Amino acid sequence: MSAPVLSVDHLDIDFWVDGVWYPAVVDASFELDSGEVLAIVGESGSGKSTTALATMGLLPKNANVRGSIVVDGTEVVGLDQRTLRSLRGRLASVIFQEPMTALNPVYTVGFQIAEMLRSHQAMAPKAARKRAIELLDLVEIPNPDVRVDSYPHQLSGGQRQRAMIAQALALDPKLLIADEPTTALDVTVQAEILKLLRDLRDRIDAGVLLITHDMGVVADLSDRVLVMQNGEIVERGTSSDVFYRPQHPYTQQLLGSVPHLGRLVNAVVAGDEQRAAAIAEATDETTTVAPVTAADRIVDLRNVAVEYPKRGRTPAFRAVDGIDLDIGPGEVVGLVGESGSGKTTVGRAIVGLLPFVEGEADVLGTSMVGVSKDDLRAVRRDLSFVFQDPGSSLNPRLPIGESIGEPMLLAGFDAKAREDRISELLDQVELARALRNRYPHELSGGQRQRVGIARALALRPKLLIADEPTSALDVSVQAKVLDLFQELQREIGFACLFISHDLAVVEILASRIAVMQHGKLVEFGPREQILTHPADPYTKRLLAAVPVPDPEAQQLRRQERDALIAAGADD
Amino acid sequence: MSDDHLLPPDPDEVSEMDDLRVDPHRESDFEKFPDELTHEQREVAGLSQGQIVRKRFFRHKGAMISLVVLAFIIIVAITSVGAGPIPGWYQWQHTDLIPPVQDEGPTISVVPSFLGGEGLAWGEHPFGVDNQNGKDLFALTMRGVQVTLVVILVLALLSVTLGVMIGALAGFFGGWTDSVLMRITDVILILPLLVIVSVAAFSFGASGLWSVALALGLFSWTGLARLVRAEFLALREREFVDAARVAGASPTRIIFKHILPNTVGTIVVSTTLLMGAGILTEAALSFIGFGIQAPNVSLGALVNDYDTAFGTRPWLFVFPGAMIVIIVLCLQFIGDGMRDAFDPRQKRIPKFKDLEKKQEETKADMATRPNRMHLGG
Repeated sequence: MSAPVLSVDHLDIDFWVDGVWYPAVVDASFELDSGEVLAIVGESGSGKSTTALATMGLLPKNANVRGSIVVDGTEVVGLDQRTLRSLRGRLASVIFQEPMTALNPVYTVGFQIAEMLRSHQAMAPKAARKRAIELLDLVEIPNPDVRVDSYPHQLSGGQRQRAMIAQALALDPKLLIADEPTTALDVTVQAEILKLLRDLRDRIDAGVLLITHDMGVVADLSDRVLVMQNGEIVERGTSSDVFYRPQHPYTQQLLGSVPHLGRLVNAVVAGDEQRAAAIAEATDETTTVAPVTAADRIVDLRNVAVEYPKRGRTPAFRAVDGIDLDIGPGEVVGLVGESGSGKTTVGRAIVGLLPFVEGEADVLGTSMVGVSKDDLRAVRRDLSFVFQDPGSSLNPRLPIGESIGEPMLLAGFDAKAREDRISELLDQVELARALRNRYPHELSGGQRQRVGIARALALRPKLLIADEPTSALDVSVQAKVLDLFQELQREIGFACLFISHDLAVVEILASRIAVMQHGKLVEFGPREQILTHPADPYTKRLLAAVPVPDPEAQQLRRQERDALIAAGADD
Repeated sequence: MSDDHLLPPDPDEVSEMDDLRVDPHRESDFEKFPDELTHEQREVAGLSQGQIVRKRFFRHKGAMISLVVLAFIIIVAITSVGAGPIPGWYQWQHTDLIPPVQDEGPTISVVPSFLGGEGLAWGEHPFGVDNQNGKDLFALTMRGVQVTLVVILVLALLSVTLGVMIGALAGFFGGWTDSVLMRITDVILILPLLVIVSVAAFSFGASGLWSVALALGLFSWTGLARLVRAEFLALREREFVDAARVAGASPTRIIFKHILPNTVGTIVVSTTLLMGAGILTEAALSFIGFGIQAPNVSLGALVNDYDTAFGTRPWLFVFPGAMIVIIVLCLQFIGDGMRDAFDPRQKRIPKFKDLEKKQEETKADMATRPNRMHLGG
């Protein structure tokens, strides 16, 4: 066996902030062989990205690195900038998370790949271009000889990520660091990129260091796994060891927190009541709501369209067209779709932030098509919205108590009633009452989202629109927030439209699921039917693309998916 | 530096991190849940926004020194020649005619006696005398400082009111409101300020302190309006504004309670810059013969009057000129400090020297405790 491409030995990294050293990575040691995929898994702040950046010498200057990092025989720690530069790209290269920002928008992708080639080796522009086309072909971009002259914004998200992979592979690096390579992508695109990475693994001679928080991606791609928590490696082993026989309590907790698509529904459908009950209890399944009559529907949308109003010379944009959707009292309906499908637009239109321009839309008994300001204010008394990004949805200049009290203040509650209700709400979302005088930036992401939920519940709404409330959170935090959400939903009994891109999350919460694509509703029905017998080809593809955190099951799903795509190609 | 910071936290504590179901008596116990917070958040944990801003501002040395210097100048300017009902302790006023003196030069001395100077001494005419017009320059300069400061205060008040109102309305409502307000702003922006103000002063026959201050204020809010508009355009798309809307807040409340406080940084900074520029504009106005006229004086008017004396009697030019420079510098530094203080994402980058020293210390520290990594795990 040849020497490993990456060997990290007793690595310690500390950051110096205001006279105090904060440890980011503590005593990390691991090795990575050529042709192997090693995944580092952890939640934000666990030190996984810091470790990866250190191998390229890319840490900011208030970092103190001790220990040893050897990349293909070269010691990286303590190397001068000049040598490091020659090493980057040639020995090791990085695939970043966000291809739109990692590619320079003013140069063509061909130029950016050629630049990488020509800065490391003497190469004529023509030869570099030829090699760039070869590389684009390698990453399976269609028409590479045309695409080589495209600017990043002319490519789709998946193609941009492919172009970035091509750039990273340009100099045949020995070590490829993939830092959350699919996190910014839609699930169907993610599946394609994962397939590409798996194919490339056999074709190139490199070790891949995969940094991710997504257990499904790990299950799909990696040979060995390191689990990091607070800068320490708490568990290491082969993929199947870590997934099937986790030793450390943190790994067990992490795996327990990941929503597992299909687990609940399969059990329900298979008639295995005992198992379904066990899982339902473990995941706090919402009880199935009996079908509602048209009369008492909370939301009833019939053939509606939503437009973004025109601005200056930009014409109005129709984001949603011909949607039929209804929500019964106390029911949770999941709305899933990829980015740009119009799912958020529907949610915003229901609360009156965007206008319905066609069809009939009854929300809590008020027709929202051409609704008057006074009627809208009256309706908003009974509905509320939980936003995706808790960092942006709380006013940074208001203490959180005031943010929670805002809807009550506007509804005319007196100070005493507000104070009491704020305390009550903080208790309900399990935050200490003393936190009410804190500002949003002083809270963690999970705490902020709890504040967002408390604010949404302040007026005891009949309908809650939750727009990806957990997608900005770490998995273990997400699990806690989802638990809390379910508990509150059962207790208070509000109806809810739960918008998400994550089918596994929707599966836990919703009794009925609506699937959207390109502004149209492609399928709407009971959860079991959508997840087990989808009728629409898009729903099938969407379901097949979700990676599950189980290496063997994922391998099966992968084969099924390939078969599905092959069948689709034959049509 | 306490040892606790170096130790990895106890895993049991960490798993409960997000779960703040703690005993309510331990309200400020942030030490218990530090790990989800970033480094910057640690720095500000437990402080209110106001406290954070104040702490950052006080830490800005340039701003603090400037604040002290500016306060000193204002106090001396008011108490020396007096203002309104306040009597001055200085023997002459800017209107007084004084008999010619033998030595016109400044009598102020700051060189201590042990260095061969005359010690800290005020002398008869600290900033010198203008024999031709029979004026004491200290009295003139102090009066000039008063007048100039009044001009820029009025200017700042007017500009902030107009600029913020117009910028906020245009940015928040958009559409035709935005178009109309911004075209008005553009028209005022492209007219040269000096020409406008001098024409206004000329046609209304106004050249007193207040009319100059008003004219300057009415025409210099344009930049601020554009900045505030841009901030509003960005902030009104933020989710917390939508959240307020869904909660039923009126546009007035959203503008004043939710968006405006988030633009304070920009407003404060560009206002201090505007005040600095205002001094210079007023000086230029006086220089071309509009603006403050004799017997009243402003710093700009003094520099204008004595520009020809630079070769022969430099003190007549240097003292008022230096005052302008000092006041503008102070305002700029204070603005700089405020910008840093109001920016919530401000990070302090450690100085390289400190960093190296710290690294050495830590290495020594590590060597003495080789098994520290096993303590926490």
